[in-house]
Amino acid sequence: MSDAEATTSSCSKTRNPFTGAEANAVGVKVDHVFKSYGTAQVLKDVTFDVQPSEIFVLMGPSGSGKSVLLRHIAGLELPTKGKILVDGHDPSLEESRERVRVALVFQAGALFNSLSVYDNLALYPREHRSGDEKAIEQKVMHALKILSVEDAAKKFPSELSGGMKKRVSIARALVMEPQLLLYDEPTSELDPVMSATISEIIGTLKNEYSVTSLVVTHDRALALTISNRVGILMDGELISLGTKEELQASKDPRIVDFLNPKIDIQHPRFKQLENKATT
Amino acid sequence: MKQITAIIEGVGSVVQLMMRSLSYAGTLPRQWSRFIEQCYMIGYTTLPIVAILSFFIGTVLALEAGYAMQDFGAKEFIGSLVGLSMARELGPMMTSVLLAGRVGSAIAAELASMKVYQEIDALTTMNIPAAKILVLPRLAAVLVMMPVLIIIANIVGWFGGSVVARYVSYVGISPEAYFAALRHYTKFKDVINGMEKAEVFGFVVVLVCCDIGLNTRGGPREIGAAVTRAVVVSLILILVLDYFVTKILL
Repeated sequence: MSDAEATTSSCSKTRNPFTGAEANAVGVKVDHVFKSYGTAQVLKDVTFDVQPSEIFVLMGPSGSGKSVLLRHIAGLELPTKGKILVDGHDPSLEESRERVRVALVFQAGALFNSLSVYDNLALYPREHRSGDEKAIEQKVMHALKILSVEDAAKKFPSELSGGMKKRVSIARALVMEPQLLLYDEPTSELDPVMSATISEIIGTLKNEYSVTSLVVTHDRALALTISNRVGILMDGELISLGTKEELQASKDPRIVDFLNPKIDIQHPRFKQLENKATT
Repeated sequence: MKQITAIIEGVGSVVQLMMRSLSYAGTLPRQWSRFIEQCYMIGYTTLPIVAILSFFIGTVLALEAGYAMQDFGAKEFIGSLVGLSMARELGPMMTSVLLAGRVGSAIAAELASMKVYQEIDALTTMNIPAAKILVLPRLAAVLVMMPVLIIIANIVGWFGGSVVARYVSYVGISPEAYFAALRHYTKFKDVINGMEKAEVFGFVVVLVCCDIGLNTRGGPREIGAAVTRAVVVSLILILVLDYFVTKILL
């Protein structure tokens, strides 16, 4: 099977949230990827596939290389060794981005601060000339409505709360009519209610529109709620790959510790902190 | 050796950015509003400070020339000296220095901040090249606005010289005599040469500041460092290019 076939499924289709039109769902192939910055090795021989229309969650502690890997899949960085294919194409090439629409929801939103929320969403269709201004307005307002932030259309990003920024960021990704949606820590810095809302939105996008989703998070609840499959990355190595049931049944002490963290208050580090606090 | 490599890399990066931006030149008509916005930023907001500076450059030139020439009885030539100096050298040079300080720093800060806060990455994932929507309108705007700024700088500078020539006692020549000498010795070609210089300086300043902004790495602290670097590199380049462009134009 060729690389292109490995990351495409003819039977799996995405449904455009705006027009209802169907398109082939895309898959991702991460093949023996290494990444180093100077002497620091951030990714070590990472290999996995994301199947078309599935929600794949990549978990791991802070600093394990999850976001770096996501940036590689979005085509923002190049691996030191190995290759990444999205629907059989190298995501870092401009012509690949024209063929496959990959949207990334950044951890901090990355909204354009000098543009209103409406213009943030309208930028992509305007630049890619997808419809006249009326069609763009309908598309933008529909995306804002899906995320329940239509009242924020005229506001600027600086006027939004963290949760609203996240939702606007997802709406902006949705306007791109993506075939692959990448989320970087979608629930970080959010309260539990907002986290639940975001996970519901991710699930809805998958169920309603069959968009392939790759979610990077260290939020265990989110991962176990929305995922079809979960990968665990630790110190740049993929130590586990499987369904959430397989993950929960795992006897690997690293996975058990990660999923059920125990705080040892007798640990010398805590003693040090306690002494500092008293003095 | 490291510094030489860094300079070569920097030149390569700037040339690449220029080629990429110019390859989108055909999209400029669709970016009309961005172009007008940049014309406003580069032209209109810089105009008052260019006018003030040029006026005082003209006055100082006339003062110095009047002082030096009074012993030779050549005060009638003050107009020609101020006229030529402003048109050929000081007008384009000082306007470009102001452009680097005011507009170049703002461009570097804005693009560096967009880079640090991942807005540039967001553009990349949306397949909207930064060279197309952020760099090209600025380059086009500076090419249009520099000649306008230079004409205004020259006129205001010449006028400043005439005020000193008329009212400072040891100079004391009439505006008619001052402008007659200026008209006689300052040719249209001199003004055009000055504009050509300014076009080169302005284009390079904007390009370098865009490149430095877009290549910023790290956190918010790097935004300040990028601004400083952009202004310093721009000023050095203006002075170095001044010699070579003058040599070519003479």
